[in-house]
Amino acid sequence: MELSGAEIVVRCLRDEGVEYIFGYPGGSVLHIYDALFKQDDVRHILVRHEQGATHAADGYARSTGKPGVVLVTSGPGATNAVTGIATAYMDSIPLVVLTGQVPTPVIGSDAFQECDTVGITRPCVKHNFLVKDLSRLAETIRKAFFIATTGRPGPVVVDIPKDITDPNIKVPYEYPKSVSIRSYNPQVKGHRWQIKKAVDLLMSARRPMIYTGGGVILGNASHSLVRLTRLLGFPITNTLMGLGAYPATDRQFVGMLGMHGTYEANMGMHECDVLLAIGARFDDRVTGKLAQFCPHARIIHIDVDPASISKTVRVDVPIVGEVGTVMDEMIEMIGSISDKVDAKALEAWWARIDRWRQINCLGFDRESPKIKPQYVIEQLWEVTRGNAFVTSDVGQHQMWAAQFYRFDQPRRWINSGGLGTMGFGLPAAIGVKLAHPDADVACVTGEASIQMCIQELATARQYRTGVKIVNLNNGYMGMVRQWQEFTYESRYSHSYLETIPDFVKLAEAYGHVGVRIEKPADVRDALEEAFKMKDRTVFLDFLTDPAENVYPMIEAGKAHHEMRMAPGVTVDRELA
Amino acid sequence: MKRHIISILIENESGALSRVAGLFSARGYNIETLTVAPTEDASMSRMTLVTSGSEEIIEQITKQLNKLIDVVKLIDISESSHIERELMMVKVRASGEMRHEIKRLCDIFRGNILDVTPSSYVVEVTGEQSKLDAFLRTVTDDHIIEVVRSGTTGILRGERGLHA
Repeated sequence: MELSGAEIVVRCLRDEGVEYIFGYPGGSVLHIYDALFKQDDVRHILVRHEQGATHAADGYARSTGKPGVVLVTSGPGATNAVTGIATAYMDSIPLVVLTGQVPTPVIGSDAFQECDTVGITRPCVKHNFLVKDLSRLAETIRKAFFIATTGRPGPVVVDIPKDITDPNIKVPYEYPKSVSIRSYNPQVKGHRWQIKKAVDLLMSARRPMIYTGGGVILGNASHSLVRLTRLLGFPITNTLMGLGAYPATDRQFVGMLGMHGTYEANMGMHECDVLLAIGARFDDRVTGKLAQFCPHARIIHIDVDPASISKTVRVDVPIVGEVGTVMDEMIEMIGSISDKVDAKALEAWWARIDRWRQINCLGFDRESPKIKPQYVIEQLWEVTRGNAFVTSDVGQHQMWAAQFYRFDQPRRWINSGGLGTMGFGLPAAIGVKLAHPDADVACVTGEASIQMCIQELATARQYRTGVKIVNLNNGYMGMVRQWQEFTYESRYSHSYLETIPDFVKLAEAYGHVGVRIEKPADVRDALEEAFKMKDRTVFLDFLTDPAENVYPMIEAGKAHHEMRMAPGVTVDRELA
Repeated sequence: MKRHIISILIENESGALSRVAGLFSARGYNIETLTVAPTEDASMSRMTLVTSGSEEIIEQITKQLNKLIDVVKLIDISESSHIERELMMVKVRASGEMRHEIKRLCDIFRGNILDVTPSSYVVEVTGEQSKLDAFLRTVTDDHIIEVVRSGTTGILRGERGLHA
C-alpha cells in the first residue's frame, strides 16, 4: 500500500488505536488536516487555543492511562502548545504531540511561521524528533508512542515539515509491529536482593510510614499498593499527584502530606523510623526543609526512574523497577518469610497517629454566613458520591479539592501538580469527559485560573461535553493573596482582580448554563441541579469567603512538624 | 569536588550534542571540557566530558545523561585505570634569547614546533591537562600570543572497552 506522508500520519494514529486527536489547523499541517477529513477512524477535537489542545489530551491521558495525541501547526501553534507539553512533562504524562514545520528546504531561513520546535521543546519533553525523511515517518511515530508510554512516561514531540506530508509523494506503508531502541530499555523488575533488604527493614519498623506519589497511578499499581498496605497494616499518605492510589476513606489513609498536608500525615513523616516511598519524587512541596526531612527514618524508595532516586534525599534502600511489579514481589516475599512486624509497636504508633487525627486539622467555620470553599468541595463529594472525575486549576481551590474531595479510585483526580499550570482545568475536563462520556466530571477552579483558558467553553459547546465548572470565586488570586497575607504583611500587590466578568452571562453567551450561588444554604441544591443536567456544561459561580486560607501550611523553609494551623485549631504541646 | 571524565556513546543524530549541553545548562552542572567525534561505528559518536562536583552531583549527572534517549552507554573512566590526553597548540613570541629557550622547553615537554616565522613559533603539546597547564605556566603569559586546546579525551586501560 502506497500512502502520502499526510495519509501515513493518520494511518499510524489509527493503527496505534487513537480515538481522539486534539488540535488546531494551520498552514504547515493542512495536508494532514486534508487526510483527516477523508476518514472516520480518528476523531479530531477542535480546540480554541493550542494550549487547550495539550491540556485536553493530557486530561484524556491521565483519566484513561492511554497516550493523549495533539496536532498543531508550526511556529505559534507549536509555541502555544509548549505550556501544555511542559505541564505533561513535569507530571510524567504520556502525550504524542505532532507539530507542523515549514518545508525542509526552507528550515533555518526564518520562513513564515517557522520556529525551532525541537530546540524550544527539548528541555520539556521526554524526547523529540524532526522527521527529515518520508521513509522514516511511520517508524518515528511508532517510536514516539513507545517512548511516551513506557518507563517513566512523558510527552514526545514529532516535528513534521510540510513537504514530508505532500499528498503527491507516496511511499509504501507498513506500521512497524514492534520497536526496539538500543539506547532505551526501561527496567521492569526490581533487584531481588534490594527487595529482600527492603522487606527486612519494613519488618524491623516500629513507627513506619508509606508515602506514595503519582508513579503508583501512572504505573496502574493501585491494586498492588492496597494489598501491600493492608498486609503491612502501616499508615499511608499520598502526595498531591498520588491521591486516589489508596482509598481516601480507608482507615489506614492519613491524608495528603506536604505543604498543605494533614497534621497527622506530616507528623507521621517527621516521627517515622522507616519510610517506604513508592513512585514519588521527594518534591520540595512534599519535603519541606530538606535538612529536617524524616530525621529519624531509614528510607526505601521504589521508582522506575533511577534519576528520581537519591536526587534530593539520600535513600538507604533504592529499588529501580516498575512499582507494581516490585510491590507484587514484596507481597510474595512478606508472605514467605517468618519475620513479622512488631504488632505492639505498631499499635502504639497508631494510637499516636489517632491522637494527631483528633486535632481535626481540616476543620473550618461551619457557621459562617459566607460560603466556605471547603464546604463546596465537601458537598461536591457528597453529591457525586465520591465518584466524579475532578480536574482542577492551580491555587487555593486546588488544595481544597485535594483535601476535601476524598478520592477512593486512581485516575479520578486530574491536576497540574509539578508545573502548576493555571488554565489546565477546563480543557483537561473536556478531555476527561470525551474519554468517559457517562461519568460525572467536575472542574474545580477559581475566577483567576478559569480565565486563562476560558475560550475552551466554545469547545465544550461544540462537542457537548457536559462538564460542571465549580468556580470558587473569591475575587483574588487566592494563593497569592494568602502568601501576601502571611509573608508580605498583607500588601496585596496585584492579586485582586478588580474586574471579573459576569460568569453567568459568559456561560450563557457560549451556549451553556450559568448559575451564581451566594449563600451557603444554596450550595447543595445548585450542585444537585447541575449534575442532573447530564449533557450540559454548567458554570457554577460560587461567591466564596475572600479571606479564607488553606490550612495547615508548612511555610517556605519550615519542616514537617512546623505547620501553621488554622485559627481555632489548637495543638496540645504533648501531642507535638 | 573531584574531577570526573565521562565517556559517552551517543546516537549520531542531529541535535544529540544539544541534548547533552542543554541538560548541563538546565540543571546547573558545569562542563570543563567537551569533545565529540565519530567512532569506528558510523551510527554513533563518542563524547568525552570533563566535569566536577560532589559525589551526589556526579551520580545525578550520570543518571540524567543515561536518561537521554540518544545516549547508548556511558562510563566514568576516571573511576578506573585510564589514559587521558589533550592536544594543545600554542603560538608564542620567539625572538632573541627566547627563541632558544622556547625550543628547549618544547623538547622537555616533548612538544613539536609546527610553524616557524622570524618572530614566532606554533608549538604542539600533547598530554594530560596538568602537563599542558605546566607548559603554559613555564612559557609565561608574556610570550603567549594564542592558545587553543582540544579538551580532554580518554580511554580505559586494558581490554575493557565502551561498546554499544
